[in-house]
Amino acid sequence: MRAEQLQNEQTFTLAGTELIARSTGALWWPEQRLLVVSDLHLGKSERIARRGGSLLPPYETQDTLARLDAEIEWLDPRSVICLGDSFDDGAARDGLDVEAVEWLNRLMAGRRWVWIEGNHDPGPVSIGGTHLAELQHAPLSFRHIARPGASGEISGHYHPKATLNARGRAVTRPCFLYDSDRVILPAFGTYTGGLRTDAPALAGLMRPEALAILTGPFTAEIPMPGRCS
Amino acid sequence: MAALPPAFTDWFASRGWTVHPHQQAMLERADAPALMLVAPTGGGKTLAGFLPTLAELADGGHQGLHTLYVSPLKALAADIRRNLSTPVAEMRLPIRIEDRTGDTSATAKKRQRADPPHILLTTPESLALLLSYEDAPRMFAGLKRVIVDEIHALAESKRGDQLMLGLARLQSLCPGLRRVGLSATVEDPPALARFLARHPDPCEILYADPAPDADIRMLETEEKPPWAGGGGAYAIPAVLEQVKKHKTTLIFHNTRAQAEIFFHNLWLANDEDLPIGIHHGSLAREQRQKVEAAMVAGELRAIVCTGTLDLGIDWGDVDLIIQVGAPKNVKRLIQRIGRANHRYNAPSKALLVPANRFEVVECVAALEAAKARDLDGDPRGPGPRDVLCQQILIAACAGPIDADALYAEVTTAGPYAALTRPEFDACLDFVATGGYALRAYDRWQRLKQAPDGTWALRDPRAARQIRMNIGTIQDSELVKVRMRGQGKPLGEIEEGFAATLTKGDTFLMAGRIVRYEGLRETTVEVTRTNHSKPRVAAFMGTKFATSTQLSHRILRMFQQDSWPELPDHTAEWLALQREVSKMPEADRLLVESFPWDGREHTCIYGFAGRNAMQTLGLLLTQRMEVLGLHPLGFVSTDYAVLIWGLDRLDDPAPLFEPGDLREAFDTWLGGNAVMKRTFKASAVIAGLIDRQTGGQRKTGKQATFSSDILYDTLRRYDPDHLLLGITKEEALKGLVDFGRIEEMLDRTRGRIDHVTLDRVTPLAAPMFLEVGKVPIHGMATDRLVAEEAERLMQDAGLGESETANPRRGWRVPY
Repeated sequence: MRAEQLQNEQTFTLAGTELIARSTGALWWPEQRLLVVSDLHLGKSERIARRGGSLLPPYETQDTLARLDAEIEWLDPRSVICLGDSFDDGAARDGLDVEAVEWLNRLMAGRRWVWIEGNHDPGPVSIGGTHLAELQHAPLSFRHIARPGASGEISGHYHPKATLNARGRAVTRPCFLYDSDRVILPAFGTYTGGLRTDAPALAGLMRPEALAILTGPFTAEIPMPGRCS
Repeated sequence: MAALPPAFTDWFASRGWTVHPHQQAMLERADAPALMLVAPTGGGKTLAGFLPTLAELADGGHQGLHTLYVSPLKALAADIRRNLSTPVAEMRLPIRIEDRTGDTSATAKKRQRADPPHILLTTPESLALLLSYEDAPRMFAGLKRVIVDEIHALAESKRGDQLMLGLARLQSLCPGLRRVGLSATVEDPPALARFLARHPDPCEILYADPAPDADIRMLETEEKPPWAGGGGAYAIPAVLEQVKKHKTTLIFHNTRAQAEIFFHNLWLANDEDLPIGIHHGSLAREQRQKVEAAMVAGELRAIVCTGTLDLGIDWGDVDLIIQVGAPKNVKRLIQRIGRANHRYNAPSKALLVPANRFEVVECVAALEAAKARDLDGDPRGPGPRDVLCQQILIAACAGPIDADALYAEVTTAGPYAALTRPEFDACLDFVATGGYALRAYDRWQRLKQAPDGTWALRDPRAARQIRMNIGTIQDSELVKVRMRGQGKPLGEIEEGFAATLTKGDTFLMAGRIVRYEGLRETTVEVTRTNHSKPRVAAFMGTKFATSTQLSHRILRMFQQDSWPELPDHTAEWLALQREVSKMPEADRLLVESFPWDGREHTCIYGFAGRNAMQTLGLLLTQRMEVLGLHPLGFVSTDYAVLIWGLDRLDDPAPLFEPGDLREAFDTWLGGNAVMKRTFKASAVIAGLIDRQTGGQRKTGKQATFSSDILYDTLRRYDPDHLLLGITKEEALKGLVDFGRIEEMLDRTRGRIDHVTLDRVTPLAAPMFLEVGKVPIHGMATDRLVAEEAERLMQDAGLGESETANPRRGWRVPY
C-alpha cells in the first residue's frame, strides 16, 4: 500500500445518506452541514476526584474542547449534535469552570446545538443549546444508545475500539462501526477508554457484514473484528 | 545472648549438627540495632537469622508479635514456616509461627491482626498493607526483631525501597526494633548495610565462610556455537549427556521464551524419556507447584528454568547447574551456581553454554570473573519518589499525618537518607492536591490539612482504593491460557501477544505446542496440536543487559595479544577482526562503516548492554535522519548497534556530541512506547492510576482508559509535573537505560576510531543474523495499519470499496 492512500476521512452511506467518518472520531453529514460527536465526558477528572478517587491531570475538558473547536473551525457546521454523555455527570456539568463554559458558548454561537441525553447526563442542561432525549432528522435518528431493530440510527455510548494485527504488531484504535442499519460513534472525549468490538454487546448489535473505521492519525476501514459471521 | 539455651544445644547434638561460627556470631550480636549476614547459598543463613529469636522466645515470657520475617517470595515464607516448625516442635518451644501473604485466607488475616503470632512471615507488600491499617500500632506493639531475607534481591527493585520505608514506619511504632538482613554474596556489602540500617545507625556486617570455589567450566560440544542467536539448541545432545550423568540438573535460561524453546527441543531429543520439567514465571501456579513438588520429591532429572528458581528455596538434590546463554551478570551467575549442592561447604558444579560465538567470549570472561570473585553491580540511585508517594498514601490511610514527623521518619530509611525537604514536599503536594501547575482540585483534594496542620484523607472511602493499589511489582497485562474443555490454566501470555494471534496459530506454552482457538472473556483457549513449527509466546520478563563490569572485562580481553583461553574457532575470529579492522577498546569508541547488499552500514561498538544499545540505535538513527543520512533500520546487541541506510557515514563524531545526544533523548522521550510503559508503572505506584486487575479487565468497561492518554496530556499541559520528572529519572535505568549511554560517552570522551572498509568485518558479521531488527520510518505504524486494512477488506471481498466510494478525504503528500 502506498503512503498516498493514507487519508483522514472515510465516506459511507447510511439510509441513502452520504456520511463522513473523520479520523478525529467526529461524524460529518455534508449535505446538512451537521457535525456529530459522542461521549465527550467533560469534567471527568473532576468527578473522579470528587468521589475520592485519583487526582488525574485536570486538563481533559480543555483538550476535548480544543479538538472539538478544531473540527468546528475546519468544517464550519450549521448544526452540532452531541450524542450523549457529553458531561461525565450532572455535577460535572454544573461544576464546569468559567473558561470551559465560555468556550462552549463561543462554539455554540451562530449555530444550532443539540445535547442528546446520555446515561451519564440525563436531565436538562443549564448552559445553552437544545436538550433532547433523541432527535429525528429524516431519514436519520440520533440517540445515545443504539436500539435493536432501529434503522438509519446514529448513536454512541459503547466507545467501540478495534484491534488490528498489523504484521505482528497489535494496534488498537477507537473506531466507528457501521452496517446498513446504524453507525456507532467512537468516544470523542480525551479521557475515554474503549469497548472491544468483539464484546457481546457490540457483536450482537451489528450485522455480520458490519465494518469498522479506525480513527487516529488516519482512518482505515476493516471488517468489524468479532462480528457474528 | 552468647550461649544457646540447653534445649537448643541438645537438639543440635541430637541431629549431629554443630552451630556454624556465623550462627554463633549472630547470637553474640543479637542486641545490635542493625546487623547484616552475608553468606553463600546454602550457608544456613535463615537459621542464623532466627536463632536469636527462638532463644529469646524459649521461656514463653513474650506476649504478642516478637519477630517479623520479610522475604521477596510468598513461597519462601511458607517454606520457612515449615522449616522452622520442625525444630520448634521437636524442642517443644512455646512459639507460634504463621505466614501472611496474598494467599492467606481473609479469616486468618483478620485473626492475625487481632491476635498476632510470635513470628510472622510475610512479604514487603503484605507488610505495607498491614501498616496502612489504623490498628497497626496495636498489632506491632512489642515487636523486637525484623529479619529481611534475600535482601540482595529486594534491594534490586522498588520492593526494597518500599520495605525500607515500611521499616522506618515500624521503627517509629517500636523504637527498640532491631534489624537483621540476610544476603547472598554481593559486590558492595557496606552499601547494602546502609540500605538496611536506620539512618544514621551503624550496621555491622558478618561474613559466613565463603563457599568453596565452584567447579565452573564451559560445556564442550561437538558442534561449534552458531554465529548469532540465543537458543543454545546446538548444545542439546551435550546437555542431555550431562543430565544423564547427574542426579538433578537445573538448566537456567535468561528468558522465558528461550526456556520454552529449549525445553521443547530437549524433549524431542529425549530418547530415554528422562523426567524433565519446566519452570518459569509465566506458568500457572498449579503448573509450577507440580514441578516444584516433583523436584523436592527427587522425581525429576532436570528442570529447564529461568530466574524464578534463583532465590533460596531448598529444592533438594541438585548436583549440576547448566547456564545456557551468557550469564550477563557475574553476581547472578554465582548465586545460580550456589543452587547446586545446597549443602554447607560443598563445592558447586556448573557448566556454561554460550549461545553464539560472541557469547563464548562473554562466558569465558564471566568464568574468570567468577573465579576471581569479582562481582558486578551498579550503585543504587536514591530511593524513587513514586514509592515515597505511595508511602505517604499508606501513612494517610492509617491516620492523620504530620508532615515534619513523616519527613523525619522517611529520611531514616537508607534509600531516602538524602531526600531533601522540597522533594518530600513536592511528593506530599502531589498526593494531596495532584500537584498540577495550571489548575487545582480546590474542593476535591485527596488529603486535606486540618487546623492543627495534620493531613488526612478527605474522603475515607479512598482508603479502600489506596489499599488495593499497594505494592510496586509491575504486572504486565497478561491473559490466561487454558486448554479447551479443561478447568486448569496452563499459564499466561502477554495481552499484546494474544492480540496478534488468529485461529489456527500455534505457540509454545508450558513445553507443549498448542493451537489458538479463540479468546473467551479474558482467557485464551487452546487445543493440542502436532504442528511442528510453533511461534514463540512473547513474555514480558526482564531482558538482562550484560553488566558494566563484565563488558569492561570483555574489552580488556580484547586487548590481549592472543586468546589461548578461548576455543580456536573464537580466537581465530577475533584475530581476523584485528587484521581486517580493529579491536574495540574501553576508552575509545570503534565505529566501522562498510557497504553490504547495496546499503551503507555502520556498526558502533558501544558495549553498554542491550537496553542502552537499543536506545542508542533509536537516538542515532533519529540524528542521522536529521543529518540527511537516510537511515533505514538498525539492530542491537549487548555490545554493538548496526545501522543501515542509503548514505555512507563519513564523519561519526557529530553523532556522538553528548549535548546533542541528550537533547535528542529528551525529544525522543515524548512519543516513545517504552517511556509510556515507564510512566504507567510509576503512575500506578504513585497512586495516580489504579492497578488493573484481571477482574476489572474482564468487565471490559469502557470507563477505564489508557494511561498513555494521561502521559500525553501531562506532557502537553503540565510538562514539569512531578510524575514526568520521575519517569525521566526511571528512563536512566531499566529498559531505556540512558545511564549506560552516559557511561559510554564518559569513558570514550569523543575518542572515536572510524574505520571505513569495503566489506563486512568479522565482529559485525553476526549482527546481520540477529533478530529484532528495528525499521525506521516515522509513519511505519500507520502504513502497516493501512496495508493490513486493505488486505482484510480484500479477504472479505470488499476490496472494491474505493470505486464504490470515490470521494476520499485529503491525502498525505508523500
